[in-house]
Amino acid sequence: MNSQSCVSIQKEWDIVAARQMGREIAKQLGFGTVDQARITTAISELARNIYLYAGEGQICFEIVETLEQKGMTIVATDSGPGIEDLSLVMQDGYTTSGGLGAGLPGVRRLMDDFDMESEVGHGTRIVTTKWVR
Amino acid sequence: MRIPILKLHNYLLISIQTELDDQTAIQFQEDLLKQIHRTEATGVVIDLTSVEVIDSFIAKVLGDVVSMSDLMGAKVVLTGIQPAVAMTLIELGIHMRNVPTALDLEQGLIKLHQELGE
Ligand SMILES: Nc1ncnc2c1ncn2[C@@H]1O[C@H](COP(=O)(O)OP(=O)(O)O)[C@@H](O)[C@H]1O
Ligand SMILES: [Mg+2]
Repeated sequence: MNSQSCVSIQKEWDIVAARQMGREIAKQLGFGTVDQARITTAISELARNIYLYAGEGQICFEIVETLEQKGMTIVATDSGPGIEDLSLVMQDGYTTSGGLGAGLPGVRRLMDDFDMESEVGHGTRIVTTKWVR
Repeated sequence: MRIPILKLHNYLLISIQTELDDQTAIQFQEDLLKQIHRTEATGVVIDLTSVEVIDSFIAKVLGDVVSMSDLMGAKVVLTGIQPAVAMTLIELGIHMRNVPTALDLEQGLIKLHQELGE
């Protein structure tokens, strides 16, 4: 079974909308409070990055179910400037905006699976999943 | 959306009850610094019991609030950080080592009393 819902990120408030929708889905899927906080925080980081660095984009949620496990995937897509050096932005503390540089490396630690693709001048796509334990 | 700031003797008390979006957080930072200046408060307790998400942006704003208030002569204590929020912050790599914390509002006030000797 697969289902998808999306929030488009254009203004700052959409960051809140994305994490509220994400938390609701996580709750329904049966994630515990700590995992709900992890997922919501990850959504917040990804949505803010879209808003800050790409101007606009989309956050989509997918429920993934296999025979053995159930999980929630966050897909963050934008058509912004892209990222030149993927390993650099995954370093703790690396920021180009005076932030904490904790967003992307943090999302990787908060979630279970993490995959990032980016092309300079074309945009960025991050797919990350948390499995229900 | 504005976060209410209450005055109690020399202290300012804030209980964050709303979902913290960026604009609200920045507005709060500004309002608090102005209130510290206006009231000459020596201590501030910010209660986060109802806050369910602290991402790196909000963490930075809160950390900055503590440092800025410190520069102005007011000591800030953060209270009531939920277990799930504490775990998430550490996994994000944010340790808030220089930020005084306490379990709840009451403990926060006790901590201020002790540290400020008032
Ligand atoms: N969607 C994106 N498009 C372009 N650049 C990005 C995107 N997301 C992140 N970046 C780059 O990666 C850096 C690190 O991001 P992050 O770990 O979230 O820390 P911060 O946002 O605090 O800088 C950002 O400063 C920015 O240069
Ligand atoms: Mg970021």
